[in-house]
Amino acid sequence: MPLRLEARPQYSRPMLYATPVLAVVLTIITGAILFSAIGYNGPGAMYEIFFKPILDSYRWQDLGVKAAPLIIIAIGLAAGFRANVWNIGAEGQYVFGALAGTGVALATYEMTGWWILPLMCIVGAIGGAAYAVIPAFLRTRLGVNEILTSLMLTYAAIQLLFYLMNGPWKDPEGFGFPQSRTFTDYQILPTVIDGTVVHLGVPLAFLIAIAAWIVLSRTLFGYQISVVGLAPAAARHGGFDANRTVWHCFLISGALAGLAGIFEASGAFNQMVPQFPTNYGFTAIIVAFLGRLHPIGIILAGLILAVSYVGGEGAQTSMGLPAAGAWIVQAMMLFYLLAVDILVRYRIKFKSQIAGGAA
Amino acid sequence: MSEQAARLELSGITKAFPGVLANDHVSFAVQPGEIHALLGENGAGKSTLVKMIYGVLKPDAGEIRWDGQTVHTENPKAARALGIGMVFQHFSLFEAMTVLENIALGMDTALTRQALENRVREVLDTYGLILDPHRHVHTLSVGERQRIEIVRALLQEPRLLIMDEPTSVLTPQEVDKLFETLRQLAQEGCSILYISHKLHEIQALCDTATILRGGKVVGDCDPKVETAKSMAEMMIGANLKSVEKKERGAAGPVRFAVKDLAAPADGPFGTALQHISFEVHAGEIFGIAGVAGNGQNELLEALAGEVTAGGTNMVSLDGEPIGNDLTGARRAKGLCSVPEERNGHGAVPDFSLAANTVLTARQRMGLVSSGFIHFGASTEFADKVIQDFNVKATGSEAAASSLSGGNLQKFIMGREILQKPDVLVVSQPTWGVDAGAAAAIHQALLDLAAEGSALVVISQDLDELLAICDEIAVINEGHLSRTLRVGEVSIDEIGLLMGGIHGAPKEVSHAA
Repeated sequence: MPLRLEARPQYSRPMLYATPVLAVVLTIITGAILFSAIGYNGPGAMYEIFFKPILDSYRWQDLGVKAAPLIIIAIGLAAGFRANVWNIGAEGQYVFGALAGTGVALATYEMTGWWILPLMCIVGAIGGAAYAVIPAFLRTRLGVNEILTSLMLTYAAIQLLFYLMNGPWKDPEGFGFPQSRTFTDYQILPTVIDGTVVHLGVPLAFLIAIAAWIVLSRTLFGYQISVVGLAPAAARHGGFDANRTVWHCFLISGALAGLAGIFEASGAFNQMVPQFPTNYGFTAIIVAFLGRLHPIGIILAGLILAVSYVGGEGAQTSMGLPAAGAWIVQAMMLFYLLAVDILVRYRIKFKSQIAGGAA
Repeated sequence: MSEQAARLELSGITKAFPGVLANDHVSFAVQPGEIHALLGENGAGKSTLVKMIYGVLKPDAGEIRWDGQTVHTENPKAARALGIGMVFQHFSLFEAMTVLENIALGMDTALTRQALENRVREVLDTYGLILDPHRHVHTLSVGERQRIEIVRALLQEPRLLIMDEPTSVLTPQEVDKLFETLRQLAQEGCSILYISHKLHEIQALCDTATILRGGKVVGDCDPKVETAKSMAEMMIGANLKSVEKKERGAAGPVRFAVKDLAAPADGPFGTALQHISFEVHAGEIFGIAGVAGNGQNELLEALAGEVTAGGTNMVSLDGEPIGNDLTGARRAKGLCSVPEERNGHGAVPDFSLAANTVLTARQRMGLVSSGFIHFGASTEFADKVIQDFNVKATGSEAAASSLSGGNLQKFIMGREILQKPDVLVVSQPTWGVDAGAAAAIHQALLDLAAEGSALVVISQDLDELLAICDEIAVINEGHLSRTLRVGEVSIDEIGLLMGGIHGAPKEVSHAA
């Protein structure tokens, strides 16, 4: 190999911004080759997945609706990832929060009042945070790896959902379908643009991202999160408690995942169904990293992943691409991002250049 | 001598790294049997130069001649095959393995265990070195660990031995012992390239000295005829300002008191602290001497508040018990600290210098209010530290990791001193800092004490402690010796306390 990697004296800022774009470009190229190899029109599929949703203005509302939960969850995860707190179980907190909010909806089914919807959202956030308490407690008290516990709890939450849908929370007027009652007008997030599906959760996602940006970049709390993640010994020296930071990160990421869950149940599904878990909690991990753990980057990354969701659905109907097609593309983006990440700290040198210098 | 080819001759050695010319046409020669000093400040290019001799780096230009023949040492193995041995400043030893196992790992040729042990014992006997081949490394003192590295090098029967800053971790008695070994080696014809910035050692040991500054050779001299001051001035290229230690009257009231402090070991190879007691008066500097690894890190952490003490009365500031406070609370009450490790402990490497002021100065300098960071104030404070302590950086927005070790040290010291703490606890205040800057830091510490603060300085550099401290105690295996008054105590006495239960005194009994 005539190539060699050379450590940069300081990590490259341009590369920090360029590598996510590079990862997307490489994904599109590889995806085109891959889908061609298994008998589809590869370039066509990539066009359907990555470009059609952007060019077709009718799909923009879908982009907003899909991006909103991804952005909200990813914001919470990013705060944790900055502090080396690896909450992989946002999907579980998302489901659990949605269930908690749905519980409020079912309990207030016969009531009216403006307060019902805010209460559902608050209980949803609390539900998500409560579900994140388990891995936080296990990590801080017993030193149990939070990656495993938070991930496994996801499946417990999904099983709880299935149980509730098939049993206690089954719609009595639902012809035996395993799903909850449809929410009332007091329980559904209103749409913000008439004639579209864009619900209140979409602008709130952007507001949450901007608030997170301010908190992470300008407050001592955001500073503490970064110090604990970058240099644990310096955090101790500076008087920041690592365990407390773990708790904060889990509670915040759990609450935001729960909030995204109840937004989705109320704003998009208008009820709770067994098909509710759609991997937003896992995809949000990709969003957080693709967005460089920065709130503004996360908005962009959330939109890109939303494109792949919407485009993936489009490609399913128009080209018969399997549903897994979009997942493969999303996973590829993460892998490419991790691979090209090395360019931030290293640069590629050609052997001939080096030899020239030494002669 | 002149007819005979030099053992090692460098001519026009040049090596550039991105942004720095580390060596610029360096030429000098080492004769057979000569102890040759390579003298220079941190960053003068000494390490780069010896790495090229030892085959770790390749020169961009210039020639290395070995016994008159031009050689290209491709790697350290090739260098060892020529007869070049090297003892690095940082040891590469596995703590959980025995001496013999560690030596076996570093051998180029495989020997049976018994044959290797015989060879090791032979070398130990020849040079009068005391070392048990079957001891585990984590039970050994730093001086004993260095002996492993020396034995490793001697097993290759070198004709040139490179020693990189070998005495920075040794007690005075261990230094004497090392010098005996080196002199014996030189008498047998082995050349020694001795890298150091400690001038009195070079005067005691070396035949010739080559002085490097900014990557260039700035002079050759006979250290036996030069004075330490004249060599220092060649080394730093300027007149050395001497530190002014004002005479102080009667000691002020006790500001900082430590009573019967105990702390558990910091990790499996750490040292537990036991019954540490001392008092520091206003205006005093209290020095804690000792060889690395005797509990200094644990002591710094316990004094700074990175771990709470076992009881609140164990540490007190102006009579107020603060043993249960963590760093943040202790700082707010007036106790600041500087840990030994700069990157990742004293500073966050990826943060700018301005952001790094928030780490420890946010309470005392008012850098945060209602949870929001005042970036203007932190930048201003960082700029002041950079200016007052002459920190070489591109500005307060420069990342801490972009600074050289010495400059980051100046920044961290400045960050704490400018907070005007009532009590300042520092570990290794001038580690890796050049002589000029070290003098400036010493002066700043003395000035802070003169204003009535109480200072604790933990250092392995005995000269430093003797220069600035009023009182000294020695830490050994987690115990602190009785307090000694500087000026009434001899270096030998401190050295013996540093040796403690292992090291020099034990050797005496073995040798007898």
